[in-house]
Amino acid sequence: MRGALLALILSSACFGAAGATLKATLISPENDPRLDRTRTERAYLGHPGGPAADGVQVALDEGGFELEAAGASVVLSPATAGSVDAARAAAQAAEKAGAALILTDLPAAWTLAVADAVKLPVLNLGAPDDRLRQQDCRPRLYHLLPSERMRADAIAQTLVSRKWNKLLLLVGPSAQDQLRAATAQASIKRYGLQVVASKPFKLSTDPRERDLANPLLLTAGNNYDAVWIVDSDGEFARGLPYRTVLPRPVVGDAGLVALAWHAQFERYGAPQVSRRFFKAAKRPMTDSDWAAWMGGKTLLALATSTPKGPNAAWAQALAKTSVDGSKGLALSFRTWDGQLRQPLLLTDGQGVIAQAPIEGLLHPTDVLDTLGADAPEKLCKATR
Amino acid sequence: MDLKLIRKTTRLVGLTLLVVGGAFAHAAPGTVYVSSEKDDALTMIDLATLTVKGTIPTCKRGRHLQLTPDRKLMLACSDSGVADLIDPATGQSLRRIPLGDDPEAFDLSPDGKTIYVSSEDDASAVFFDAATGKKLKEVKVGQEPEGVKVSADGKVLYITSEVASLVHAIDTASGKIIKNIKVGKRPRRMAITPDGKELWVTCELDSGVTIVSTADHSVLATLKFEVKGARAQDITPVGIQMSRDGKRAYVALGRANHVAFVDVAARKVTDLVLVGKRAWNVALDKDEKRLFVVNGLSDDLTIVDVPGAKAIKTVPVGRVPYGVVVVE
Repeated sequence: MRGALLALILSSACFGAAGATLKATLISPENDPRLDRTRTERAYLGHPGGPAADGVQVALDEGGFELEAAGASVVLSPATAGSVDAARAAAQAAEKAGAALILTDLPAAWTLAVADAVKLPVLNLGAPDDRLRQQDCRPRLYHLLPSERMRADAIAQTLVSRKWNKLLLLVGPSAQDQLRAATAQASIKRYGLQVVASKPFKLSTDPRERDLANPLLLTAGNNYDAVWIVDSDGEFARGLPYRTVLPRPVVGDAGLVALAWHAQFERYGAPQVSRRFFKAAKRPMTDSDWAAWMGGKTLLALATSTPKGPNAAWAQALAKTSVDGSKGLALSFRTWDGQLRQPLLLTDGQGVIAQAPIEGLLHPTDVLDTLGADAPEKLCKATR
Repeated sequence: MDLKLIRKTTRLVGLTLLVVGGAFAHAAPGTVYVSSEKDDALTMIDLATLTVKGTIPTCKRGRHLQLTPDRKLMLACSDSGVADLIDPATGQSLRRIPLGDDPEAFDLSPDGKTIYVSSEDDASAVFFDAATGKKLKEVKVGQEPEGVKVSADGKVLYITSEVASLVHAIDTASGKIIKNIKVGKRPRRMAITPDGKELWVTCELDSGVTIVSTADHSVLATLKFEVKGARAQDITPVGIQMSRDGKRAYVALGRANHVAFVDVAARKVTDLVLVGKRAWNVALDKDEKRLFVVNGLSDDLTIVDVPGAKAIKTVPVGRVPYGVVVVE
């Protein structure tokens, strides 16, 4: 957490307009292991590059004129939590202090605890877990970051568009890898692709484990069009491209990766957003930063559309809000699980190779709903 | 004559024609100029044959292109931070005027002496002296300013902010903001009716045009576009031009790949014409018989027959084409 961000105040007072103040609290983890220097330096695609507060702050800094024109203001207070109980307590304290919304950049279980502890809408900026959109969804929980399922669907669509149908699936050892591999399998099934083999891998140089650890051995013995690697940690995946037995592309957590954002995206005014972020935060804008930025944009959209509040009016307006994410379309929240629908970018880390949904794909209501859990699947039982 | 020789002769004849064509290209009676973001050049299209007749090298990442009151071409280059002033008679650059960091669009005062520029990086409207290139004023506006339009009397400057979804009305004499007008999402380009009463603002993420009264800067109406087979989110209007009599507006509908003809008084769409991918900016010829539409995602220009409301030809131009101007 940057020390500078003690209180962000964009007050209507300096513009002389009258309106209610939208108060929000951002809860982030204390000593966030994702932000250890040794991890952020590696800059694995899909991993955060810095605190969520950076993105939220950029959005709020952009909003001065908009707030002035509407006679509105936004106040964001930061909070940190070192445990699930602390997260819950921080949320309750924020609610008591009059916050209209809570933003979280927390692990899934903590996010759920926060959502259950208060009667306020919660904007999830940092947890991509599918369970928060499916079996553990909550009526007032909204998600700015794409779900794992959305990212997997984006990769599957891209493979379909390339006619790379036969896949070798390599899956890491962590529990998270197992969950994400199941999500990958669901997307593979949804888009009619075929897994020719699924193998576990392990990061190791132990000669006794070389069947699990050696890329050449792992990728031998099958015929496939692409290798899909599920590696939540990132280190093994980074070393896989160009080390396969067959000259085939790698997708998933290395090679070609589906993300909400990449700083090299060139369309729809994206370079200006990435540049503003870089100026403010002194680092390239990652997909996590985009989600945080969208959290800030959502606060602005609420404050300017319903400038007088009260909190209940903001909570109600949230479901119908649409936000401009500089991805070419106005983006809105899905009514069935609170997920922000959005196009995804396919990147090799150097540039944006493709976008999803792929061209030519059809959907009865909104082609963006080809990414992630769709309404008819009824995976979220909570009534919103 | 064997085949090889025939081919050689044809090529030679072709080459001669090209050289001769090149010499006369700039003096031709009608030329369409198209800027493109990735070529550092303007593409010239012959108005009679509707074919590409050459290119003019220019500054880097050319975007907004406009005629000055004395009929010179002025092109804003975002990466060079200059405007290139080009004489259409010779195809030569007359001079380059510094326009600060990342200029995107601009307009000129009616006397041509002041250039009003949207500076995307600094989020400001910047006033420059067209003769000396001296910066006269800078007015802070909402993020990602884009379209710039000056009222016919030169007193009010309108500039859109894509992020704030506002049109800022600025007093050109004092540089003070008169009003921040809330319009639709991601406002892009503007046109003023010839009677000066209405400001039409295209809103890219709102599938429509917001119509603003220039008298009190209130919103008079919102026009929403509909295209059969396209969803609202794919209708992303950008470029707009009005006919000289102010009866009709032509609006490029972006990802809907169409141009709309709008009856200005009735505020109703009369025709929709299919063009290329992400229809971006539009321009009319002098007779207003032909409309030229720049297609940002298919790197080409569609020529529309206005009376028939039909596309007659599409011509490949530079990479990521942006602006279009007709000189006759």
